[in-house]
Amino acid sequence: MLVYFGYTFCPDVCPTTLNEVADALDHLGPKADRLQPIFITVDPKRDTPAVVKQYTAAFTPRLVGLTGTPEQVAEVAKEYRVYYAEHRTGPGPNDYSMDHSSILYLMGPDGNFIAPIRADETGAEMAADIARFLS
Amino acid sequence: VIATQRVDGKRTRRSMLAALLAAIPARAFAQDGTLRVENAWSRVAAAGRVGVVYLTIVDSGAPDRLTAVASPVSATASLHESFDDHGVAKMRSVATLPVEAGKPVTLAPGGYHIMLTGLKEPLNQGDEFPVTLIFEKAGQVTATVTVRKAGAGMPMGHDVMGGPSMRDMPMQGGPRQ
Repeated sequence: MLVYFGYTFCPDVCPTTLNEVADALDHLGPKADRLQPIFITVDPKRDTPAVVKQYTAAFTPRLVGLTGTPEQVAEVAKEYRVYYAEHRTGPGPNDYSMDHSSILYLMGPDGNFIAPIRADETGAEMAADIARFLS
Repeated sequence: VIATQRVDGKRTRRSMLAALLAAIPARAFAQDGTLRVENAWSRVAAAGRVGVVYLTIVDSGAPDRLTAVASPVSATASLHESFDDHGVAKMRSVATLPVEAGKPVTLAPGGYHIMLTGLKEPLNQGDEFPVTLIFEKAGQVTATVTVRKAGAGMPMGHDVMGGPSMRDMPMQGGPRQ
């Protein structure tokens, strides 16, 4: 699994990273069959299952998007030691952006952590990093 | 002049614009002609969602400052900066962005960008729409934005700095709010 935490109201960084993940799958070719990319939102208030589904589909149909209750998201974030926090930008209920850990997590079939993958890499660089663990 | 283009005319005028844009990069001139906006592009996004605009500002005159942005396609448009703070991705609004001659300022993925919120219509690949930049001295500069695929990176062949990637390019600019 390649796990990325982000949010769909993120206009810049998250789409950039997810597009590179999609590119990485292309670069990996048949090896990508063994890699499940997963997007987990850190903004469960706004990111409903329908929103997340539409969002992830725009990058690659292979990307699975996950959301849950705020408690469930907090729990999974804690397990991954992911930091996230609302940054208020105005008085309205939706006037906020999310600060969130930028790293991607490469996880083994047993659910154990294998290696971090940098989010600012190109798809080709990500693919090279991941391929080392897909022997 | 592209700057006079209206958003509601974009579909009927697309073929004309496409022919024009094939010959020259998207650009517009302020009234004094010293501020130019080049390579304005966006990404596919659904109605009601957030969108993004990236572009390059080239100043050939006096120093100036970008103070506001606007677009008819969204409820709001604002200047933001994304950055990585010790492994945490953050986005903050930017009050002003200084520009000066000889130092093009590029809004690019992972750095400065214009955030559009509350898109009034979907942005589909190949669509074009206007964005207006408001400068302290030069006033308004309107450019035509071309929509590219979801999460698209910097367009190839439009790199004003001549490098292979904007990813490592240092950004110039002012303090964040």
